[in-house]
Amino acid sequence: MSAVPAGMLAAFAHVDAAADAIRALKETGHRDFTVYTPVPNHEIAEAVGHSVSPVRRWTLLGGLTGVALGFLMSMWMSLDYPLIVGGKPIPSWIPYVVIAFELTILCGAGATIIGLIFHAWRDRRPAAYDPRFTDDHIGIFVPCGPHQRSAVEQLLQTAGATEVRVEA
Amino acid sequence: MATTAQPDRITVPHEQPTYAEVTRDIAATLGNPGRGYFVLLGCVVAVLGVGVFALLWETRWGLGVAGYTPPVLWGVYITTFVFWVGIAHSGTLISAILYLFRSAWRTAVYRTAEAMTVFAVMTAGLFPLIHVGRLWYAYWLIPYPNQRQLWVNFKSPLLWDVFAVSTYFTVSTLFLIVGLVPDIAAIRDKAKGWRKRLYEITSLGWRGTDYQWRHYTRAYLYLAALATPLVLSVHSVVSWDFAMSIVPGWHATIFAPYFVAGAIYSGVAMVITLTVPLRKVFRMERYVTVRHFENLAKLMLLTGMIVGYAYVVEYFIAWYSGNAFERASFYNRAFGDYWWATWTMLICNGLLPWLLWFPRIRRSIPSLFVLSLFVNLGMWFERFVIIVVSLSYEYEPYAMGHYTPSWAELCILAGSFAWFFMWFLLFAKNFPTVSITEVKEIIPMPRRKGAHA
Repeated sequence: MSAVPAGMLAAFAHVDAAADAIRALKETGHRDFTVYTPVPNHEIAEAVGHSVSPVRRWTLLGGLTGVALGFLMSMWMSLDYPLIVGGKPIPSWIPYVVIAFELTILCGAGATIIGLIFHAWRDRRPAAYDPRFTDDHIGIFVPCGPHQRSAVEQLLQTAGATEVRVEA
Repeated sequence: MATTAQPDRITVPHEQPTYAEVTRDIAATLGNPGRGYFVLLGCVVAVLGVGVFALLWETRWGLGVAGYTPPVLWGVYITTFVFWVGIAHSGTLISAILYLFRSAWRTAVYRTAEAMTVFAVMTAGLFPLIHVGRLWYAYWLIPYPNQRQLWVNFKSPLLWDVFAVSTYFTVSTLFLIVGLVPDIAAIRDKAKGWRKRLYEITSLGWRGTDYQWRHYTRAYLYLAALATPLVLSVHSVVSWDFAMSIVPGWHATIFAPYFVAGAIYSGVAMVITLTVPLRKVFRMERYVTVRHFENLAKLMLLTGMIVGYAYVVEYFIAWYSGNAFERASFYNRAFGDYWWATWTMLICNGLLPWLLWFPRIRRSIPSLFVLSLFVNLGMWFERFVIIVVSLSYEYEPYAMGHYTPSWAELCILAGSFAWFFMWFLLFAKNFPTVSITEVKEIIPMPRRKGAHA
């Protein structure tokens, strides 16, 4: 990650306090803050207000690719090397459903992972961090210049931060 | 909630732990596990060594060292393959299907179950290769462009198995790793020394930011949604290895649901077998409680009932079909050369789970542990009965035979257990076997205005 910008890093022990702080930050026009939570939390997610993650499109595309690949591969390979088994047509789509199904799952899951990594990487934002945020605290990092510091600190303290510190 | 309790009250086992305690207690399992652990690991590696020796011996001298006697050319290896694939299934059931059902009790046991899945598939996947004999041609199973201009037979259930098992292995491994990442980040922030380095790399830069969770929760949901039909399909495909052929005792439409229920049954038994000692060694009594064991026991009872029902239906259909070969095959199972294997299976899988109707037994961890060992044994014999006994007694009396496993096969069987337990022991020492994040998720986050959730 590139250099962490200057700003204020707040730790919260209470989930409603952190949600209040997020709403207050948004009202005062802050957009580029980062929220850390030890577990996914609906209250925080609602306060931050992200839209639904685009990862689902990757899942869909991966699954469709898999099903197409499964049928095309098994059909083409049977035609390329005809094996007559049990008097069945050389390309028989019914047993190939199994192949297509497995590849749907495989490619769907693979694409989901790639989508997860891609989006999490693309949205990354250099921000200060504290080890407590994977333990039991919610963290908010607000990048801001020296002249904004007192206003941001005031806001975070009012919301109920247990600790606010300057990251420069 | 317990988050506001006085410090001295937090040690009460039934009190809900705080987030900090969850991290601390689960991170504590990763320290030095003591001498017993290394003694156990040493024994496991020694047994694995015996299995590897037998495998090398077989690789050198060929499949003749296995006890195959025509017409029984599928023996201990295929039995063990089906056994381990089956073991894997309850892991995905607990981690994916119960996740979609929002079943809160799964959080304490799902990591163990999921790791078990991955290691069981790793074990199972070896057996088709061992069974094929010439390990160096194993890659022929995969369709790849080759100079001989050959492709695989897509109409063969054995090839479906290649796709099903390799997909299952890949997806369950991805699922395990995705679930682990936030946990590794949590222990990274507590660890010191070389472990910190290890967890820094394996946590993949996880910090639990809003955008990370945004993508993560969605991705996890879709992975669970994909793993759910997958788990039901894999053992169905494995069952078609048998049901698609015309051997009496194999050619039945009940096979797919029968195998899936049996797989989950044996898998739940293995989860109990693994969790009971794990909980003691790592002092996880607070997180893995009797309630969790009781729920596992109920799951075992349910699937055991389905399996028992399938046994009855199999015998009924063999009689009701009026087919002489089916009738002979099933009579041979119960009263033929292998009566002991059949009765082991019927008693261990069909009869013993009835004990779980009694709450006293369901809630007693030692009795559950013993019962789970019997179910594991019974489920191995179930596959032995289906595979070996059916093959040994097909149509023509002059083509019937008797198969006895050779020393090499038994050593490789023992080695497979050692291989499985070795991976599990290494995993349990280095990664959290109880999910830190998911255990926290079922505890409401502390709120400012008093306790309500």
